[in-house]
Amino acid sequence: MKIWKTLTMTAAALAITAPAAMAEWQPRKPVEFIIMAGTGGGADQIARLLQGLIQKKGLSPRPFIPINKPGGSGAEALSYIKGKEGDNHTLLVALNSFYTTPIIQDELEIDVTSFAPIGRMAMDTFLLWVNTDRDDITDLDSYVATVQGSDGTWKVGGTGSGQEDSILTAMMEKELGYNVTYIPFPGGGTVAKNLVGNQIDSTVNNPSEQMEFWRAGNSKPLVQFNGERTAPFEDVPTAKELGVDIEYYMQRSISGPAGMDPEAVAWYQNLFEELFNSQEWQDYCESDGLTCSEWISGDELAEFHNAQLQRHVELIETVGADAITSK
Amino acid sequence: MDSIISLLGAGLLQSFEPLNLMMIFLGCFAGLFIGAMPGLGSVNGVAILLPVTFLVPPTAAIIFLAALYYGAMYGGAVSSITLGIPGASTAVATVFDGRPMAQSGRADQALMAAAIASFIGGTISVILFTGFAPPLAAFALKFGPQEEFALMLLAFATFIGLGGDDIPKTIFSILVGLVLAAVGFDIISGQPRLIFGGLVEFQRGIPFLVLAIGIYGIGEMIWTLEHTKGKIQMHKVEVGFKKIINNLAQVKKYLPVSTVGSVLGFFVGTLPAAGATPASLMSYGLAKTFSKDGDTFGKGNVAGVAAPEAANNAASTGSMLPMITLGIPGSPTTAILLGGMIIWGLRPGPLLFTESPDFVWGLIGSMYVANFMTVVLNIALIPVFIRVLAMPFSVLAPIIFILCVVGVFATTDRMFDTYLMLGLGIAGYLLRKLNYPVAPAVLAIVLGPLTERSMRQSLISSQGDPMTFLERPISLVCILIAVGLVSYPMISKMIKKRKAEKAA
Amino acid sequence: MTVRTAELIMGVVMLLASFGLMWNVLNDDLTIGWLEGRGPGAGMWPFWLSAGMALTSLWTIARWFRGVTAESRNLDPYIDPETIFMVGITIAAIFFLLVLTNIIGLYFSMMLFLLFYVKGIGRHKWGLTLAVVFGMPVAIYMLFEVALNKYLPRGWPFFEGIFLHIDDFRYAIMS
Repeated sequence: MKIWKTLTMTAAALAITAPAAMAEWQPRKPVEFIIMAGTGGGADQIARLLQGLIQKKGLSPRPFIPINKPGGSGAEALSYIKGKEGDNHTLLVALNSFYTTPIIQDELEIDVTSFAPIGRMAMDTFLLWVNTDRDDITDLDSYVATVQGSDGTWKVGGTGSGQEDSILTAMMEKELGYNVTYIPFPGGGTVAKNLVGNQIDSTVNNPSEQMEFWRAGNSKPLVQFNGERTAPFEDVPTAKELGVDIEYYMQRSISGPAGMDPEAVAWYQNLFEELFNSQEWQDYCESDGLTCSEWISGDELAEFHNAQLQRHVELIETVGADAITSK
Repeated sequence: MDSIISLLGAGLLQSFEPLNLMMIFLGCFAGLFIGAMPGLGSVNGVAILLPVTFLVPPTAAIIFLAALYYGAMYGGAVSSITLGIPGASTAVATVFDGRPMAQSGRADQALMAAAIASFIGGTISVILFTGFAPPLAAFALKFGPQEEFALMLLAFATFIGLGGDDIPKTIFSILVGLVLAAVGFDIISGQPRLIFGGLVEFQRGIPFLVLAIGIYGIGEMIWTLEHTKGKIQMHKVEVGFKKIINNLAQVKKYLPVSTVGSVLGFFVGTLPAAGATPASLMSYGLAKTFSKDGDTFGKGNVAGVAAPEAANNAASTGSMLPMITLGIPGSPTTAILLGGMIIWGLRPGPLLFTESPDFVWGLIGSMYVANFMTVVLNIALIPVFIRVLAMPFSVLAPIIFILCVVGVFATTDRMFDTYLMLGLGIAGYLLRKLNYPVAPAVLAIVLGPLTERSMRQSLISSQGDPMTFLERPISLVCILIAVGLVSYPMISKMIKKRKAEKAA
Repeated sequence: MTVRTAELIMGVVMLLASFGLMWNVLNDDLTIGWLEGRGPGAGMWPFWLSAGMALTSLWTIARWFRGVTAESRNLDPYIDPETIFMVGITIAAIFFLLVLTNIIGLYFSMMLFLLFYVKGIGRHKWGLTLAVVFGMPVAIYMLFEVALNKYLPRGWPFFEGIFLHIDDFRYAIMS
């Protein structure tokens, strides 16, 4: 027990002097960085990149530990955060299932607007992709004509029923007046590979997932669902330009549990703002086709979440929950 | 060919740079220990140590992580053999013969066989990788859900002979594994299944490791406890220089199965979604089916350790191929490696070979070196690993129990899973006492999700027409081989019977 | 209880468990049949596999009545008293290890568990006992927390606080 005593005493001495030097709040234990998706996906990549940058730049006295809780389209992660009310050492890396999962699985009783808004790191977009071998499809019109002609056998790959791309696919079916067969795969990368291998006919992938195949000339984008054309897809028209009323984004943001101390929230907000403005992050956004022009946090982000949540409620109502999930 | 050799030469040269060489050593060493911990496998090792690599240049970083991946593959065999607990799903098949060998005092032989077979697997696969990466990548793209399903059938067919002698109980065990695999959120329908009245804990499903550590960790230890009454020491093994030479000479016993396992493992590994686990199981199953003394498998046949170990190391190299050429991870571990590469500013995909040749060939070169280094390290450490078995059981047992708990927690970050592990372990022990084989359940929970998913994906894309599996050539070939494998034991029995009748 | 009785009970329990699983699938209102043009419904796989479990359990029970399996003719005790004690105490100890982990944290409950097992059951000398009791948590801490950056459960805030001081110390010397 003697070693213990010495250790704790030294530590206590250090602990007393350390906070005195820096009056503001700081994490005292490792920060759990909860990812609401599996390893290897977009959210996971972002979390691990952020963790690495924090460590490299020495921005936090304690490390950030990415933990994947992918169960139930993020239900596992959201329930976990819900149960961590008032905790100052847990953060959530969110994507759009942040909105859709609580709506579709309302029995979980999760209110994401109660979570502490830390910051929005990026807006990701979706594009409609087909294999380059399809010479007959050159633009949206020829695409729609082909799909309508296929009589429902056109195969669209996606990351799972109830996920963002399944909602977008349902929106397209409704807006463009056709039916497709939606095939779920685990993860956007697998979807992209199956498109290139001609196992499926089209996908709505994030740019990062198709980027390399596109650069190698294996796949081509037809439409982007952004409000305006984004780099590096300046040649690809937006859906709005073509008279199709679909605009859809994927948000990538950080949240804390409800009831997190305001000082802690402020500390994390500063930390992520610094990361957001770092060269490394901006470079990553550019190379992966993410939009990272505007930093939003605090009340502004809460408003954004509110608006998005409303929008998803409407979206899921219009396409019908049955269109995206089946029993 | 000339260009490949000169590129490879440059790559090898690169991996001999002091920093890279040090990275290989550190990676192998760390991987070996992480892999040897029950519960911790290459996935955790690579995920956890990824941030460390931001401190060095990308080539050195990927070399470190790839070496760690290799080391962990070797290390997985260590816990399978010495403790009887598979450290990762890839090492399950190693338990089947590794454990009995350790129990009969031949742990050093088993460890040596694992090391040598892994080396064979690693080397053959790296050579295949060097020579045939681009055509194989094109082949991997042809693999759709139908082919994946056919491959899974093939995997099930190869271990048809692994069950016990009680047929209904063996089938029961397979079915339990498949049902447990279905627990959780179903991505095809977007519905939670079998979550027992909305338990959020079950939404994630039952991770393979929870069942494997429950059954092989807790269950096996209780089993041993019952049979030894906690009194005796496990098994003393003496290791001397002479014995090492002796063990080395055994290579000829398992060289053929290792070679076959390596080639098989490499090809299965290159297919995205398959990975090293089915590869090692198929290799084991094949070795057993076509062995002259197939009956000794599962009772401590050295070839039963070598076959899966050669395959899982070969598959780990193989799974790097789709990652590098297509940007698609072939295994959970490469999924994280892929994330790492993107963070370092490299873009894995069809253009990587031409745009960053230094990186690709540096990595390939380092695989040769890493392979050599791990085998040397591993053989040198055998006496250390053996010492574990010399501990009194009443000291070793509680330490293993704690490692099981910590290992499960460290992998899934949920206390819930530790309770689940204990529960499944007790259930496994009680069933095993009644001659229910437990291995089929563990295998089924690994292959179950992929089998179901690929089957349903195929049927959705064929509008519900089951003929789709037979219409596609690769899928048809796999299914025919599977049918052949299932009927082989019966046919060979019939032939033997005929011959016996003729002779009589 | 003899092995013979145990096999029957296990067969029946597993039969009931299979029915429970099947009921669970039906209760979630999942499609257990074939969806036209889409292949199997969400419930088909778990439902029919559970049905298969039920069938094989029935098969085992039928074999028990006919006395085909070796177990059904075995009148030895299923678990002898000495084993019940040994195994029971081990399982109970692991269970307490898990429960106490939520309260006093993994490290302290681990030390109690080791103390109980090595000294209480193994009856080893104090020197060895203490070496294990103190060595193991230190080794786990070094491997999982220092080297692998994990954060293992530390229980209620009071107990967690103790470890935060150790962490402070560690980060202070490492930075």
